[in-house]
Amino acid sequence: MDDPRTPLSRARGLGAAKRGVGHFIGQRVSGAALVILLCWGLSQTPFLVGGGYDFARTWLASPLNVALISLLLAVGLYHARLGMAVIIEDYVQAPIPRTALLILNVFVAAALGVVGIVSLLKVAFIGGGG
Amino acid sequence: MEARARPLSPHLQIWRWHITLAASISHRLTGVALYIGAILLALWAVALAEGPAAFAAYTDAFRNPLGWAVLFIIILSAFFHLANGIRHLAWDLGFGFRLKTADATAWIVIAFGVIAAVAFFARLSAFGAFGHG
Repeated sequence: MDDPRTPLSRARGLGAAKRGVGHFIGQRVSGAALVILLCWGLSQTPFLVGGGYDFARTWLASPLNVALISLLLAVGLYHARLGMAVIIEDYVQAPIPRTALLILNVFVAAALGVVGIVSLLKVAFIGGGG
Repeated sequence: MEARARPLSPHLQIWRWHITLAASISHRLTGVALYIGAILLALWAVALAEGPAAFAAYTDAFRNPLGWAVLFIIILSAFFHLANGIRHLAWDLGFGFRLKTADATAWIVIAFGVIAAVAFFARLSAFGAFGHG
């Protein structure tokens, strides 16, 4: 046999990295979801851009619209966070800036997701303004 | 230990330029643009929740040449990243690895991104996106 791994290693089914495949799979599964969500978002954009404030509020009164735009934002930010982490890992070598940027990346994505979805839900449930 | 300067992946300064490289680095650049797009989407929701004045301030910020340029880049990034993302998913399933196929699909996703973005931008104009009101 030319498989260099031990039987135990093979049974565990993990490569040399042991972990990290979660990032790879998460990037692709969220990407597949975003194919659908982004096409839907782009189909709605002309109406939202052209319709102004009142149209946007009416639009968010539909539960389907609130759900899908929240998913688009959440899954999009998750996918963006994973992609940005790869860019930081590729280009920033010094340990402290690298770690700081990776943490900042998580904070920015999480904050935007929560702030954005709370805002969307507020408009959905009690309308905009005030 | 002092860190040595090593060449940075993906080695842009070493590789010969070719179309699959252009598509690859464009995927990364448009991904960064879409990160900014996600920030703008979240801010849109915040402005909407804050009320008519905040919403007007948000939309007015895009009614100038710089705003149009930002919107166009994000739209272009969305269409290109979408098409090239599907190309990547096809690779993950084992399709499209032949050199000629990879070259052809690189040209296709770039052309699709540009054409779809121009058409979409024209459609936004038709919906009154860049006028006043």
